[in-house]
Amino acid sequence: MEKLISLEIDGKDVKAREGITVLEAAKEVGIEIPTLCYHEKLEPYGACRICCVEVERGGRTQVVASCGYPVEEGMKVKTRSEKIDKIRKTIIELIAPSLSDGGVVGKVRELADEYGADTSTFMSTFKATPTRCILCGQCVRYCSEVVAANAIGFVGRGVGRRVVFLPERASRFCPTCRECYEVCPTGKIAAETDGSIFPEFSIDDFLSGKM
Amino acid sequence: MSRINSFAELEKLRQEIKGKRDSNKPCITLCSGTACHASASESVNEALERELDRQGLKGEIGLRRTGCHGFCEKGPLVVVYPEETCYINVQPEDAAEIVQGVKEKKIIERLLYSNPVTGEKIVHESEIPFYKNQQRLVFGPNRWIDPESIEDYLYIGGYSALSKALSQMTPAQVLEEIKKANLRGRGGGGFPAGRKWEETKNAPGEPKYVIVNCDEGDPGAYMDRSLMEGNPHSVIEGLIIGAYAIGSHEGFVYVRQEYPLAVENLYIALEQAEEYGFLGENILGSGFNFRVKVHRGAGAFVSGESSALMTAIEGKAGEPRMKYIHMSQRGYKEKPSCLNNVETWATVPFIINKGSDWFNSIGTEGSKGTKIFSLVGKVNNTGLVEVPMGMTLRQIIYDIGGGIPKGRKFKGVQTGGPSGGIIPERYLDTPIDFDELTKIGSMMGSGGMIVMDEDTCMVDMARYFVNFCCEESCGKCIPGREGLRVLLGILTNICEGEGKEEELPTLERVAEVMKDASLCALGATAANPVLTTLRYFRDEYEAHIKDKRCPAKVCKNLINYYIGPEKCEACMICLRNCPTGAIQGGKNLVHWIEQDKCIKCGICYQVCPERFSAVEKLSGEPVPAPVPGREVVRKKE
Repeated sequence: MEKLISLEIDGKDVKAREGITVLEAAKEVGIEIPTLCYHEKLEPYGACRICCVEVERGGRTQVVASCGYPVEEGMKVKTRSEKIDKIRKTIIELIAPSLSDGGVVGKVRELADEYGADTSTFMSTFKATPTRCILCGQCVRYCSEVVAANAIGFVGRGVGRRVVFLPERASRFCPTCRECYEVCPTGKIAAETDGSIFPEFSIDDFLSGKM
Repeated sequence: MSRINSFAELEKLRQEIKGKRDSNKPCITLCSGTACHASASESVNEALERELDRQGLKGEIGLRRTGCHGFCEKGPLVVVYPEETCYINVQPEDAAEIVQGVKEKKIIERLLYSNPVTGEKIVHESEIPFYKNQQRLVFGPNRWIDPESIEDYLYIGGYSALSKALSQMTPAQVLEEIKKANLRGRGGGGFPAGRKWEETKNAPGEPKYVIVNCDEGDPGAYMDRSLMEGNPHSVIEGLIIGAYAIGSHEGFVYVRQEYPLAVENLYIALEQAEEYGFLGENILGSGFNFRVKVHRGAGAFVSGESSALMTAIEGKAGEPRMKYIHMSQRGYKEKPSCLNNVETWATVPFIINKGSDWFNSIGTEGSKGTKIFSLVGKVNNTGLVEVPMGMTLRQIIYDIGGGIPKGRKFKGVQTGGPSGGIIPERYLDTPIDFDELTKIGSMMGSGGMIVMDEDTCMVDMARYFVNFCCEESCGKCIPGREGLRVLLGILTNICEGEGKEEELPTLERVAEVMKDASLCALGATAANPVLTTLRYFRDEYEAHIKDKRCPAKVCKNLINYYIGPEKCEACMICLRNCPTGAIQGGKNLVHWIEQDKCIKCGICYQVCPERFSAVEKLSGEPVPAPVPGREVVRKKE
């Protein structure tokens, strides 16, 4: 018999199984917390931070990512507050310039309406063409955790971070898999990758940034 | 050397080493830390060796290459013992005179430090104001020992704390002592080390790991580096004691590959420690086993973050992960892991030897002991300083650092590296203390202290640190990555004179969100330089935006170079050096700058002889029209 944890989410008393996250516990009682990098089949990643909630325990309030925070006895969770709304609004505005059309854009627009975000706020600051990748890492993690092919990875650091197919492995696994096409929330992979080119990948393409 | 098998054998060996050495025998010590190495202490060493050989004094005078002494500004440094005579800026050609001086017990006046105010020559190292006001504890042994010699370390009492812990104390007593000492982590956050140790000890799961964080990477900071280079055994000793208290049998040292000397000396020290029996099975006959592995970091600032560091040791890219469960519960390979910084570990042997009461007698209510800072930037005495907690910033910058060069005005001091903030003059009397520094928006950090004078533009400085983080963060979370990108964009606009007033609140909003919502502490603190400069130097931001003026005259787009016609002596120097040919005029003709051709490289400003000082920078004001062909009127001598 699993141990049950009592907590409070948005004023509701909630019983949750020990070991699940705040995000999961909220979902079970019908409270939706927005996510961008979360994927049910994957380990919590905590990169998009849009699932942030306020957690109060022992008189201390903290902003945490609900996708990775385990439920704790007696904790009080607020999934909406002035602070949380400000964080979500800012995150939507920050990620908007990376997007173009299709995929997750619809969801981001809905979120923008909900949180009063102006998706054009930072367009001028970036002065860059949209990459169409929000670096949620779902493809990278799916390829590693579910498919176990490890054919996609991150390169670069900081603002230079990007997703690449790792040529040697991609040429072996990708032509018969392509599961990341479905996983990618922005549709970038399906739109930009012609499966037939995988076998021709070389390390030089990779280093020169072609992929 | 055969393994030491008991505490008695260790003491016997120590007595043997002491017996072999005559403390009255003259010894020339030469600083070979990174800074002195850069100013050619290597060739000074060769010259000294040659001289000792030539004058046939090899047996009578010792020569020892030590780690960093601290007074890097004046390197290469030589200190002659037992008198403790300190020579600064020593060159290879001084070697003969130094050796002869030691032989004849004569002091070489010209190589002594002279007080810049009174001109008085100071003979002894400890009387130099830079050293006099310090309390060199953890960093102290650096100047006495050769880091490659475990015998040197044993001579000054090395590994006696380990011996004491293993022979007279239970692991619980060691832990209790560290807890009572209120030792707080020296790496930045100031988390109580004892609590971290206890959490690791009590966490379920085996094995447990202890790890040294030597991934120091803040611009301008090199304390950990110098400690690891100069006294690696002290770090190893602290680590073994910690492992004993926690119940760990395997440790790691994460050291950045860009610190070649630290890596080298660490390997030598580990090999020696193993050979002497301080590492391995049944240490000193106590039954305690402990081994250390070295992980050389591939150089990313973000890898210094605890979860990123452990991920890196696991062989993956150094990226932080969510740590709602502490690293002390689930760290390296999901096992309880205790990570402390180099300086924290090196402090442990002192606490064990002298006791927690002694440690508590140094410092402030909330911050005990001493702290090493790297005092750099616009300050006269650049170097590494160790002071008791509670000393004020003013004392460090003025009494130890000797104030600001060229009589310029102090503007701010950046503590805590890219995660810290810039502290203005009105807080100079703030005592050095983890909590006090946090209160004024900065932080202790690992101990970088960059002094800035009136010629530093605070917007440009904030931009510099943000740019550093843009390149040195991991890029994993949106607030960290995109937030930094936006901050850099806005700050760059302001520096280029394109800033808009309505962007300041945006800057603050993004910075606040980064603080609240970033994945790790690097992202959460990366906006501190922006937030503190906005708080204390908002007028500079406004001057850039509203008046298109850079008050410190740094931001290229907002300044013009101008040659004062009254001051110009038509010496042709700037005219010849200008890379774009923008300077007009000629022999006997007053020079003037054709603004359209000027790329604002500042060469004319630098080369104009100080006695003329004709080239000036203008910002926020029109450049007076030149008068071509005007002849120079020379002042009568």
